[in-house]
Amino acid sequence: MPERSRAVRAQAPSSTDTVESAPPVRPLHDAELDALLDEIDAVLEPDAEEFVRGYVQKGGE
Amino acid sequence: MAVPKVCGIETEFGIAARGADLGPMAASSMLVLAYAGGLEQVGWDFASERPGADVRGFDVSDHAYAPIEPHLVNTVLTNGARFYVDHAHPEYSSPECRDAMEVVTWDRAGEEVVRSAMSRAASALPVGSELVVYKNNTDGKGNSYGCHENYLLDRGIPFASVVRGATPHLVTRQVFCGAGKVGSEAGSSVEFQISQRSDFIEEEVGLETTIRRPIVNTRDEPHADPTLWRRLHVILGDANMSETATLLKVGTTAIVLAMIEDGALPDGVELEDPVTAIRIISADPTLTATVRLARGGRISALDLQRRILVAARSWAARYGLESVGGDGVGTCVLDAWDAVLESLGGDQSLAARTVDWVAKRRIIDAHCARHGHHPTSPSARAIDLQYHDLRPDRGLAPRAGLLPVADPGAVARAVASPPRSTRAFLRGSVIARWPAAVLSCNWDGMVVALDGDRTERIVLDDPLAWNEECSAGILAGCATTEDLVRSVGARRPGDR
Repeated sequence: MPERSRAVRAQAPSSTDTVESAPPVRPLHDAELDALLDEIDAVLEPDAEEFVRGYVQKGGE
Repeated sequence: MAVPKVCGIETEFGIAARGADLGPMAASSMLVLAYAGGLEQVGWDFASERPGADVRGFDVSDHAYAPIEPHLVNTVLTNGARFYVDHAHPEYSSPECRDAMEVVTWDRAGEEVVRSAMSRAASALPVGSELVVYKNNTDGKGNSYGCHENYLLDRGIPFASVVRGATPHLVTRQVFCGAGKVGSEAGSSVEFQISQRSDFIEEEVGLETTIRRPIVNTRDEPHADPTLWRRLHVILGDANMSETATLLKVGTTAIVLAMIEDGALPDGVELEDPVTAIRIISADPTLTATVRLARGGRISALDLQRRILVAARSWAARYGLESVGGDGVGTCVLDAWDAVLESLGGDQSLAARTVDWVAKRRIIDAHCARHGHHPTSPSARAIDLQYHDLRPDRGLAPRAGLLPVADPGAVARAVASPPRSTRAFLRGSVIARWPAAVLSCNWDGMVVALDGDRTERIVLDDPLAWNEECSAGILAGCATTEDLVRSVGARRPGDR
């Protein structure tokens, strides 16, 4: 391995100062899922089904 | 020892104009210009780009690639990122980051850049019309656009070892970083699959990114000193809305690449037919399908991931986690990897808080059950698309119960500020300080204006050398770009 990289690694502090492990995960309750579905019904575009049919992109990259 | 896994993500976004008659190129240009309107537009320096250079030793630039169009809309931001138009898509390329948590932070910052650009563009369009941007990878009709990752590799490791070592992970990691998709664009009858991109991956190894897309891309364009480093360009990933999924996608891949460099990957996980395996795994949300191993026998994606994780724990104990950013972020990735494999193999409702395809599938299934729709109905496809909608008032992913991992304050700062840990710090700082004097940029250099119509290219071919620690003192001592050129030129990385 090049010497240079070793020197670099020693002086490479992270920009995100502290990284904490996430707290334990719990699933959503049924009531939460119901509320989520209500919200989705509210924010879905009125023309969503028609729009998704017409959504055509050029290939990228 | 593994070299530092400097890394970043390039995201091509889907775009549509609602209520206005704008094609994708015009819409993309308008979006980027709307954001750049308040900034000096920094051009891109194509002098060191070699998209046709192949690690296998040839160069197809002369006969296979269209000329690059330098007139396209381009800007380089004070956070070190590039925000520009790539053909018919807006693209945000994150600054170089030192670890996976930084990538999450600057990837999220990119979403905020796009939201801001959409909002500014709307004010320039007739009332009732707007540009809508989607952070996904397909239009559902056979057209795909990419979310590419980049990782710094030691030039001394044979590329064949990288391909052999990385492929089993790249094929199976979709179980936790797939973004999910209704239906298939490759003629399969699957109702819901794990990955957006799996339908489009057709080769094991290759140079292409737009046709016959490969699992491992061979573009040999390190954007750094080519005698020391390679850049692995990973093109098969999905763009993620879940921050945990981005953390895992980049964090686990950085670990696997460091393990390759340290010779610490487990034996016997090579797949007989990786391209077929990608599709089999993507088409099976039950995660019970098995794929054939090269040395015989079959294995599920989850079991293969478990084997890599066990080896990663042993590697970390022996070599430490410095190469992937240190104990804090490295342990966070290993623990999240453990947790996601456990929940995917057990209670999938837990994974709905962290894994995009599980979160998306749950709301599509529940929505279809509530309204009596078929799982591939236009209504299901509409939710699939709107999951990735970046408008704050319309996007479904932020409403799907996903758990954040990045510090929101850090994300807000990252919209304007570069990572402190890489050369992006110098790039972003110079653009912030002398916006009119930066004539063009590339990842490994920038051209600045000096007195009397002279220009100079500053070479930054060490991805880590011009971090805050190295650059802050130099910048503080510079009053002009003349000083900058003199100071940076006098302190080339090799002199350290």
